[in-house]
Amino acid sequence: MTRVLVIGAGPAGLAAAVAARDRGAEVVLVDASDAEGGQFWRHLPAQRAGRRESRLHHGWSRFTALRERLRADPGCEILLETGVWAIEPGERPVVHVLRGPADGGSRSRRALTADAVVIATGAYDRTLPFPGWQLPGVYSGGAAQALAKGERVAVGRRVVVAGAGPFLLPVAASLSGVGAEVAGVFEASGSRALAAGWLPRPWELTRVPGKAAELAGYAVGQLRRRIPYRVGWGVIEALGAARVEAITVARLDDDWWPRPGTERTLEVDAVCVSHGFTPRLELALAAGCALGADRFVAVDAAQATSVPGVYAAGELTGIGGADAALSEGAIAGHCAAGGHPDDRAVRRAVSARRTASRFAARLERAHAVHSGWTSWLSDDTIVCRCEEVTAGMLREVRAATPDAGLRSLRLTTRAGLGPCQGRMCGRAVEEVLGTSEASMDRRPIALPVRVGELADRETDET
Amino acid sequence: MASVIVVGAGIVGAAVARALAHEGHAVTVVERGASAGGTSASGEGNILVSDKALGPELDLALRSTELWRALEAELRAELPRDAPSIEFEPKGGVVVATTDDGARSLLAFAARQRTAGVVARELGPDEAHAAEPHLTDAVVAAVHYPGDAQVQPAIATEALLASARLAGARVLARAEVLAAAPGDGRIAGVVTSRGTLRADHVVVAAGPWSAAVAERLGSSLAVLPRRGVVLVTTRMPRTVRHKVYDADYVGAVESGAAGLQFSGVVESTASGTVLIGSSREQRGFDARLPTEVLRGLARRALALFPCLADAAVMRAYGGFRPYAPDHLPVIGEDARVPGLWFATGHEGAGIGLSLGPAELVADLLAGRPPSLDPAAFSPARAGLRTAERAA
Repeated sequence: MTRVLVIGAGPAGLAAAVAARDRGAEVVLVDASDAEGGQFWRHLPAQRAGRRESRLHHGWSRFTALRERLRADPGCEILLETGVWAIEPGERPVVHVLRGPADGGSRSRRALTADAVVIATGAYDRTLPFPGWQLPGVYSGGAAQALAKGERVAVGRRVVVAGAGPFLLPVAASLSGVGAEVAGVFEASGSRALAAGWLPRPWELTRVPGKAAELAGYAVGQLRRRIPYRVGWGVIEALGAARVEAITVARLDDDWWPRPGTERTLEVDAVCVSHGFTPRLELALAAGCALGADRFVAVDAAQATSVPGVYAAGELTGIGGADAALSEGAIAGHCAAGGHPDDRAVRRAVSARRTASRFAARLERAHAVHSGWTSWLSDDTIVCRCEEVTAGMLREVRAATPDAGLRSLRLTTRAGLGPCQGRMCGRAVEEVLGTSEASMDRRPIALPVRVGELADRETDET
Repeated sequence: MASVIVVGAGIVGAAVARALAHEGHAVTVVERGASAGGTSASGEGNILVSDKALGPELDLALRSTELWRALEAELRAELPRDAPSIEFEPKGGVVVATTDDGARSLLAFAARQRTAGVVARELGPDEAHAAEPHLTDAVVAAVHYPGDAQVQPAIATEALLASARLAGARVLARAEVLAAAPGDGRIAGVVTSRGTLRADHVVVAAGPWSAAVAERLGSSLAVLPRRGVVLVTTRMPRTVRHKVYDADYVGAVESGAAGLQFSGVVESTASGTVLIGSSREQRGFDARLPTEVLRGLARRALALFPCLADAAVMRAYGGFRPYAPDHLPVIGEDARVPGLWFATGHEGAGIGLSLGPAELVADLLAGRPPSLDPAAFSPARAGLRTAERAA
């Protein structure tokens, strides 16, 4: 029997697992978290389940249906709290995992072998640095939403949401839903970029039922709660002694340079910042998958990567949201189990993917990060927080070593060499340095592993 | 004064460029990618005498170590005040034997090194624990080498290049050498992807890629890549004070075997991380990191420092070390193509050995009697020719 291993139990991974089971494959689904759902469907633990999950979560019934289907299925083994730390491609790819809580002392090593692997590791939150962003009270949009969805905790009483992309709206809605006053949503993309992204083919939007409903829901919620929404504005500074007390916002031009004289100060006790997402590429790169020019994993119509037996789906192949992830996951799982994208079983998924990918292209056009943002960094703004590397240090070393590439610049400045290994700061460091090499994404050890665990003998499974 | 092209902006190329530029030669460094982007940025930054057996490589190491000790002060005088430190740390090395056989051969090895002037102090188990409190209880004997040191290799490379630039050298990055410039038997320069450069001499310092460059320039060179992998932990309180090796390290460096070999090398860096090496394997330019290599490294490190079991490894990186069949560097002029020079083949010791060859090339190019006998490193030596014929 074909054995398919799915990495990541978010929308793409769950859909892949179900589709691979439908095609008759034996499935192993692994996820580092202690619950299925990924970032999109992050929720309270079962023992203190909320009655309002279905209202807080878009597509909640879709999630529970996928989850229950897999849980009840003896042909699908679900391994939670299972982190993949290495992957070795080959005739049959080998996936190396550590099982057990990440901070516990008793993780065990296992090597999982499969005929095909579907990588659905999703994306990291992207947050552009600004002076004061290391102050307590500054959150990534993803962290704020995880606290709201997973713990029912609001990160502050009076909060501003800023950055770029449609994710700002769900963050604002989640915060509002757990009792925070949202003093404003500031979208950095100007009305021109938004119009270029959204207006030329408005009919495409109406073909994305999930997305359209999702966006309409947020818009209605916003109006009802009177949250001010500004486009072409950004947070350029957080102020405060021991924590955030206020923020400075400014009007941005088309390239995201702040317009002098437009600065305004708002008193808040928290700010949530999100500038979209960057794909979690380390496992795909370790497997040898080729990237496209846009630095997402390149896939064909079957969601197959450049490496035989390795498939990718979801945000890893382009930021498209949950609907795109669900359709890509279904196609990836089906094809990993031996199916073909022309098969009847995935006809609806293929059509949904087509619509979703157009939507994703428009998102990118409307909300892409523009280069002017680096101008709001002062020399003492920390860009790499693990190693406390400032924008000034990066600029100085860049000027002093004109022929250096990213590798040498990293080793000299220590940017991206700390525990996060550039997961949080990688793209920001590259943009401040003015390089565009992909090497920050290369992390052959995808999770920190203890020396003792590395030395252990692995349990091999076939 | 002559015009010289140096091919490769790694540590050896940077050191050669600096030495030649300081003598007044017109130097251009041609680099296919970016500076410090290959082997020089994928190693621990070893400056070692401890692992060198009696012979020409040890002489080169002793001279290079002297030059390293002087370099930090020289660079401080030359470079801007806020230039990053090269993190030169003369911390010394401790080689550890955990079996009676191992102890016997380690002590005999050290005794021979002492005849060449190497400082190598024998340590009993108690002294070894005094030097390295977290060392395994299994230690039978150890040798302390105060001459071993460490440097941050990427910063050192950039600092040497910066010094060379201040002395007038030019660096042309993202320029790949494609062929020799047309001439009359003597080298006349190089054709690169960014145009043709003419020069009196061309020094190939392209590390493991030197053989390919030599071929493009109408010669040949028996230098091949050997893969080495290093693990990096998260920052931790200083646990390891010296460079600490197990006694097998010496054997692995000199071995010609193609299979995967391990020897434990553990040390702390200035930034607080612990580096765990090293593996050696001949596998061409295959850049994958097999988990069996990572496991072998971890096991060797635990054999030296059992307390590292809970240290978290956050990164692994591999590099390609250039080696010649007789495991000696290749330094000097190519008799077949006058004006073509080599400074490569330093295997895993290229950071430590970079300054000696630079001085040697400068001496030979100026016609001065060199401080070391260059015959053992000659591109025309028997050890290289035999291998080329066999290949």
